[in-house]
Amino acid sequence: MEDSTLVEIKNLTVWYRVYGGLLRVLDGVNLSVARGQKVGIVGETGCGKTTTVKAILRILPKNAVVPEGTIMFQGRNVLKMRGRELQELRGQGIAMVFQDPTAALNPVFTIGQQIMEVIKYARPGGKAKEWREMAVRALKEAALPDPERLMENYPFQLSGGMRQRVCIAMALATARTLLIADEPTTNLDVTIQDQVLRLVRRLVEEKGTSLILITHSLGVAREMTDLVYVMYAGTMVEVAQTDELFDNPLHPYTLGLLQSIPKLTGGGVTQGIAGRIPDYANPPPGCRFAPRCDQAMPICSERKPALFDAGGGHQVACWRFAAGGEAVA
Amino acid sequence: MRLGVKRLPDDGLLEVRDLKKYFPTKRKGVFVRAVDGVSFRLKRGEVLGLVGESGSGKSTTAYTILGVYEPTAGQILFKGQDISTGLARRPLALKKEIQIVFQDPGTSLNPSRTIGQILGVPLAVHRIGTRAERQQRIAELLRLVELPVDFMYKYPRAIGGGERQMVAIARALATNPSLVVLDEPTSALDVSVQAKIINMLMKLQRELHLTYLFISHDLSLMRNVATRVAVMYLGKICEEASTPELFANPLHPYTQMLLSSIPVVSKAEEATKPKRIRSTGEIPSPVDVPPGCGFHPRCPFRTEACSREEPAMREVEEGHFVRCHLLGAGVPGDGQIH
Repeated sequence: MEDSTLVEIKNLTVWYRVYGGLLRVLDGVNLSVARGQKVGIVGETGCGKTTTVKAILRILPKNAVVPEGTIMFQGRNVLKMRGRELQELRGQGIAMVFQDPTAALNPVFTIGQQIMEVIKYARPGGKAKEWREMAVRALKEAALPDPERLMENYPFQLSGGMRQRVCIAMALATARTLLIADEPTTNLDVTIQDQVLRLVRRLVEEKGTSLILITHSLGVAREMTDLVYVMYAGTMVEVAQTDELFDNPLHPYTLGLLQSIPKLTGGGVTQGIAGRIPDYANPPPGCRFAPRCDQAMPICSERKPALFDAGGGHQVACWRFAAGGEAVA
Repeated sequence: MRLGVKRLPDDGLLEVRDLKKYFPTKRKGVFVRAVDGVSFRLKRGEVLGLVGESGSGKSTTAYTILGVYEPTAGQILFKGQDISTGLARRPLALKKEIQIVFQDPGTSLNPSRTIGQILGVPLAVHRIGTRAERQQRIAELLRLVELPVDFMYKYPRAIGGGERQMVAIARALATNPSLVVLDEPTSALDVSVQAKIINMLMKLQRELHLTYLFISHDLSLMRNVATRVAVMYLGKICEEASTPELFANPLHPYTQMLLSSIPVVSKAEEATKPKRIRSTGEIPSPVDVPPGCGFHPRCPFRTEACSREEPAMREVEEGHFVRCHLLGAGVPGDGQIH
């Protein structure tokens, strides 16, 4: 493993036990995040983006099983961590910002109490005054107006955009090596989304924090990240540097997704992608996208394609790229 | 202008004049000014995109047109007839003419009824056909939105989100309306599903000569479906123009802010975005509307006049209306109706 690698997920498989069967959600996911890198995971509802990051934090629901795979964070396997180690991982190593800031904040505590709680956890043994100063500084860094007064406010007194900025301030109030943001702006209006995204980018760049940004919006991923993983039905179907991915998308799913997006340049709306996401209780045996793919070949429904190298660090899990390329994972 | 050419017959379907809808608050004399003087016209066969952020009043405008709310002031004219009343006082024949597709098909379809029963409701309410004819019409409606006919025996939970929205569209079309209000019909759906729904809506619009009032927060989507776009901010329309004109030449600072905030997927799109405005601030509460122009607290170009005086809507170019002091004096043809 390279020194600069912060997170390295290999062959991660996650199943959910449900009444009457097993949902095979993640199917051999590989993901790697370097220090200071901004990585996007893009995909539609139910593709396993959130399951992937929940696995990194070990906050999967109780009915989840991880039959295979490793998640290395700073050289240690998260899946083998216990008690104290896990506490340190969540309290000091990785911070997470969720989609809905209203649900993420406790309605009966002030903003100040909630931020100080996080700081207290990261540096026990400090003084209350010190914690307070750190909390105010965190709010100030998040460009929140009047942080002193905000400390005494309750979440209901703030707008949705403000609440999300508080969550971001809280996540980065103490030094972290990785910030995971799960659809942080999906509930926000576009002008507020723009402000929140700029804030996230500025903070992670200033602090040198790595970022995993989960989003269903290719546009958001393009503006925010260095590297994009496109995810479909529990598999990573394409990985490339952000510019490369948008200049030269290769996987049929990525292409379908890009074509489905209404463009500011006009040109109408395309047909979208036929069919729907497979049933996880009974996923297709080969490539999980094959049943919806207009370029599918016989092999696609038989064998799962590995991630093939398409040149320049661009990898595609598609049999059409198997010939010239070499399986890299 | 050439003389002697006969004017085309008036093809207006809906006209809204200075529409206001205020809601009372707990404090006496204090109102939520959700819609605060909205005027627009909708021609037959047009798709008018009513765009704005949460709290801009776009949905309240739509619901007031639909009769869900009684207007506080102003007029709604439908086919030349004044319909500025709530639903209770509207004749049944009129309700048939204006239908709606809601945002979330998960909650707008009755979960304990089959699709067939759901589609049968508007037919029964409006006494369309005999029982047997209604069954046929239900099958016809399903075919219209390209769903299998046996879906009529299924329950909403048994079908996908996109298919549910197709059912909601079929239900809106059951009574052969002339105006359909689309209230963010795809914002709860993934883009690949959205594309299918939008395609279907546009196909139906062409084939059945429908007129759409399309409520949306998504300007990129409006670029591709609307014939005209009206941008709302804090209960008022701040800019209105034909779609190509609005996107090529956005004039109101708020429209520019909206456009420049949209994340896009290509350099070509990037190039169409106005660069000069960066998003700041938030939309104020419609209870506490700022004096003067509602946008002035967030506007980087504000002058002293903006916080004092409310700008009037001006036609800066033919068919391009802007409500902004900046476009007052000095712009040729300002405010003059030629």
